[in-house]
Amino acid sequence: MTAVTAPTRAPSLLSASVVVARRTTRKFLRTPQLVVVGTIQGAMFLLIFRYVFGGAIHIGDVPYVDYLVPGFVTTSVLFAGMTTAAGVAEDLDQGFVDRLRSLPIPRAAVLAGRALADTGMITWNLAITVAIGFAVGFRLHGTMAEGIAAFALCVLFGFAFIWLFVTIGLVAGNAQAAQGMSLLVFPLTFVSSAYVPVSSMPGWMQPFAEHQPITAMVDSVRALCLGDSAQSLLGHSAGYYIVPALLWSAGLIVVFGSVAVAKFRRG
Amino acid sequence: MTAIVDAAGVTKSFGKVQALAGLDLRIESGQVVALLGPNGAGKTTFVRTLATLIRPDTGTVRVAGHDVVSQASKVRAAIGLAGQHAAVEEAMTGRENLEMVARLYGFGTRQARVRANEVVEELSLDEVAGRRVRTYSGGQRRRLDLGASLVGSPRLLLLDEPTTGLDPRSRIELWDAIRALASDGTDVLLTTQYLDEADQLAARIVIIDQGRVIADGTPSALKAQAGGDVIEIHTRDSSDLAAAARSLNRVAPEAPVVDPATRRVSLPVDAGIERLTSAARALDDAGIAVEDISLRRPTLDEVFLGLTGERIDLPERKSA
Repeated sequence: MTAVTAPTRAPSLLSASVVVARRTTRKFLRTPQLVVVGTIQGAMFLLIFRYVFGGAIHIGDVPYVDYLVPGFVTTSVLFAGMTTAAGVAEDLDQGFVDRLRSLPIPRAAVLAGRALADTGMITWNLAITVAIGFAVGFRLHGTMAEGIAAFALCVLFGFAFIWLFVTIGLVAGNAQAAQGMSLLVFPLTFVSSAYVPVSSMPGWMQPFAEHQPITAMVDSVRALCLGDSAQSLLGHSAGYYIVPALLWSAGLIVVFGSVAVAKFRRG
Repeated sequence: MTAIVDAAGVTKSFGKVQALAGLDLRIESGQVVALLGPNGAGKTTFVRTLATLIRPDTGTVRVAGHDVVSQASKVRAAIGLAGQHAAVEEAMTGRENLEMVARLYGFGTRQARVRANEVVEELSLDEVAGRRVRTYSGGQRRRLDLGASLVGSPRLLLLDEPTTGLDPRSRIELWDAIRALASDGTDVLLTTQYLDEADQLAARIVIIDQGRVIADGTPSALKAQAGGDVIEIHTRDSSDLAAAARSLNRVAPEAPVVDPATRRVSLPVDAGIERLTSAARALDDAGIAVEDISLRRPTLDEVFLGLTGERIDLPERKSA
């Protein structure tokens, strides 16, 4: 009855991950609510910060829009990442992960495929957020190469945070819980240099805001975007911020990557 | 014949809950076997163990000769799993779903397409295969899910409650599909809570309760063991229930069961037809107005009662 015989060799980690990733990407692209709502939400928040709060916020010699947009773009990877947690929880809950785990593929492909697809999704989201940023008046003060480097860093931060959200998705139990738990990162973005300078916060809050990963990431992106003004506004040049940002990213990937893989293996 | 499933002394606990408590089961190749049992009996846990999704705490489980722990990837290549949820991607078409699974079995792009089309044909999904799964009915979804579990031409098909939640017509269609697969030589192990489903599909029924096999045999053997058929009557007036039970009590050695809520009295009997006539006569003699009288197969609940002396839905069993 079967005309094609089943292959005797299981697919490699890479090819299985790509197949798994393609499904997640298709789901994203074919669910207009996800694409449109995500985009509109991002745009709305950016407009609110730029035009509602922006008038009241004054930062050195740099227009607020040039301060805000790098921070906003960087933190947008966290908001996009929330769909990762919900998606992982949903796949677990609805038996999709069971199907994948019962197939003769490397198990790591299930999570790797998710991370791959969602990094793609985050990159798409970043591109749109950057475009909206330019539309509301943001201008790049650094070189084109610095701008591209800043974008690449955002993609890396997104990839790093995906592992946090994958872990949340694995422990949450269902999509709603995953969504709820992901919202806990919300305050983290505010208590950072993303939207206002840390120096404007109360003294007791500053040490935390100053040394948390989002601040390091935001400042590295901001320094690259501001070019020469970075030194005067932020106090240091880009390199000073990039090193801790990269270390934080590596830390997130190693810690949450291992936790997620261990949790996933145990079933 | 080789054993497609060979499980010995399997235990598995989740925290304080013991899902499998020393389960032994050997299944020869070439048949459909139904695992029957109430919710929480351990059916799903056992199927997930066979599918390498969970590891047993103790005991050994072999599928197609391969150990589910040490040779998990060989087991995975030999099985197809359709779980309780239809694990198909809603945003993709039926054919895309099948192609994806084929790719994950290691088929190349073109072969995956061919294989997907074969499965589409095999399960008569032609009409819907080009549509996104989002638009499917529950029955179509399950059929596609069954199809996805067939893509790898498994030696053993594991179906966990394949028809739960389906309307009667979809259920019968799915039964037909499962029968067709079995007659093509695929071994099938399915779990169900419905005796009639096990009866319809399986040559052998294994009844599981509290993580152990408590009965094992052909459908007819099990039903005989459970007390054969059941005579059921509806009285017109609930005041007649006690009198009806008294009359029926003289017909068979077993005691009748009275359900006041539905004005029903049921009586387990061994030799169905003769008892039915004597029951009708006894009720007539007592002058009891009967709405209807019927002879039916026992339900799982009654089989259980016969085997364990306990009802399935006792509260303390649920918490156990």
